[in-house]
Amino acid sequence: MGIELDVKSFDDALKILSKDYKIFAPIRLKGKGAFSDTDLVTYGEISSYRDMELSEKSRYSPKEVIYPITQTLFYFTEDEYKEPEIDNKGIIVFLRPCDANSYLKLDNIFLKNGPYEDNYYKKLRDKVKFFVIECTKGFSTCFCVSTGSNKFLDYDVFFRFDNDKITCDVKNDEFSYVFSGKEVEFTPEFIEKNEIEVKLPDVDKISRNIEYVFNHELWDEYTKRCIACGRCTVSCPTCSCFSMQDIFYKDNPKCGERRRVWASCMVDGFTDVAGGHSYRQKYGERMRFKVMHKIYNYKKRFGTTMCVGCGRCDDVCPEYISFIKIVSKVTDAVER
Amino acid sequence: MINVYMPKKVEILSIIPQTDIDYTFRLKSDILPRHGQFLQVSIPKIGEAPISISDYTDEYIELTIRKVGTVTDAIHELKPGDFLFIRGPYGHGFPVEDFKDKNVVIAAGGTGLAPVKSIINRYYRNPKEIKNLNILMGFKSPKDILFEDEIKKWKEKFDVLLTVDNGDETWTGNTGLITKFIPELKIENPNDTIVIVVGPPMMMKFTCLEFLKRNIPDENIWVSFERKMSCGIGKCGHCKINETYVCLEGPVFNYTKSKQLLD
Repeated sequence: MGIELDVKSFDDALKILSKDYKIFAPIRLKGKGAFSDTDLVTYGEISSYRDMELSEKSRYSPKEVIYPITQTLFYFTEDEYKEPEIDNKGIIVFLRPCDANSYLKLDNIFLKNGPYEDNYYKKLRDKVKFFVIECTKGFSTCFCVSTGSNKFLDYDVFFRFDNDKITCDVKNDEFSYVFSGKEVEFTPEFIEKNEIEVKLPDVDKISRNIEYVFNHELWDEYTKRCIACGRCTVSCPTCSCFSMQDIFYKDNPKCGERRRVWASCMVDGFTDVAGGHSYRQKYGERMRFKVMHKIYNYKKRFGTTMCVGCGRCDDVCPEYISFIKIVSKVTDAVER
Repeated sequence: MINVYMPKKVEILSIIPQTDIDYTFRLKSDILPRHGQFLQVSIPKIGEAPISISDYTDEYIELTIRKVGTVTDAIHELKPGDFLFIRGPYGHGFPVEDFKDKNVVIAAGGTGLAPVKSIINRYYRNPKEIKNLNILMGFKSPKDILFEDEIKKWKEKFDVLLTVDNGDETWTGNTGLITKFIPELKIENPNDTIVIVVGPPMMMKFTCLEFLKRNIPDENIWVSFERKMSCGIGKCGHCKINETYVCLEGPVFNYTKSKQLLD
């Protein structure tokens, strides 16, 4: 059973929730796009229905809500270290099923990989409530069905936004008191077919042909085309790599902070080691590393494909390189 | 919740220069690592870097650090009584329990000698733990030789071969790469011989190939990898090769695994 809401009752609910939660959703930033006179659709805090941008795919994903671009790990003074305090409020994220699934992919790295949980990630992640946005059509570069990320059932509240008619299914009782309206029959729907279908390569087949795939000429094209700008990894909801950065304050060089900042396997310096040696200097080698991580290596390690099929990497590449086409080429190569 | 990124402050007890650019820093610590493990070492406001532990007792650990970058340059400015900041130890070390009663060959190139020094000293203290130890060490030139006093000590008990790529007018020892000497090495029973290879990537590759030519089985060869790391605990992604994280599954790898690590 669902609940039908009008815009006012939805906004009233947000107002109540905002006392205890920070609420994030896709928003439109006028004139902030990559090109002149274009807008940027990205994630940000909202306080009303009108703040949400639901007609366009966000260029950046909601990952920065739980994994900020720059995050201070601790401040240091001459004789002490201090971890930054975090907000007491919970976190609500309005997101589509692919992006909700991307949180589970990040969990594997930050919470399950290695002997330790990443406490900075965990503190934010534990606060998250999933307000899933129904997505039945997707966008032109989406392929979530192919990656199995079209569904997300573990939501707290599920929303259908049909122009100004809002219907929701409240699964988490914690939120039942805020959403009140007419009870209606409602079954959440998920996208069943994207415009694009991508055949992912079979992991066992790659394993059997790993050297063939690894040395395949298909990667050479990207040595020529890719400019190693890293846009694909910045827009990706599942990319999780970071570097450490120490800074000190100009007016008191004895005090400063250690931060982590997003890093990218596509950009220079990612693999540098002492003495000037580095790995994967060719851009095609970096592309191979990234693509294989998304569709093969991660799956071998965690049992699930890393890519969630949001297609943002294809949307943002300034060289019009298509991840989708690369995956198809890899599949063709192993199916030979 | 434990903050795994928070480093611990440790005092520098002494600094022992090895060459113009390699110093051994002895730090007050009761960490008892496995041979081959590493620490994340930092100086606040400069940064953090993975450094392998070159030796340890229950009162101190030693790090032999080459001055090659921002963090190591700053570490070389420190004096005894100053502090360094450490996290760890991290990664897998050499499975020395499996080396008992075997012939052991250690081939180290340049600073690659540091991560295996504690193993050599372990066998120096307990020579009966293994059948015999053969050490091959290669350095670029005579002025790059590390641990000269200890090498003299090791020569008392073990077969030690020291070579430099390029000698100078005073050099009377061996010249040439380590690989040149492997065909002449006395290996009585390859199946009963453990080989440890640590050094620059090219040196490790060709040294392993030479040992394979001497019929050492793949599974008897052990290597240690160097990779950039920002976390050391399987999160930051810098050290990843295929699905393998060098910080978690390495830095010490068996050759059967390392030969599959395509990068």
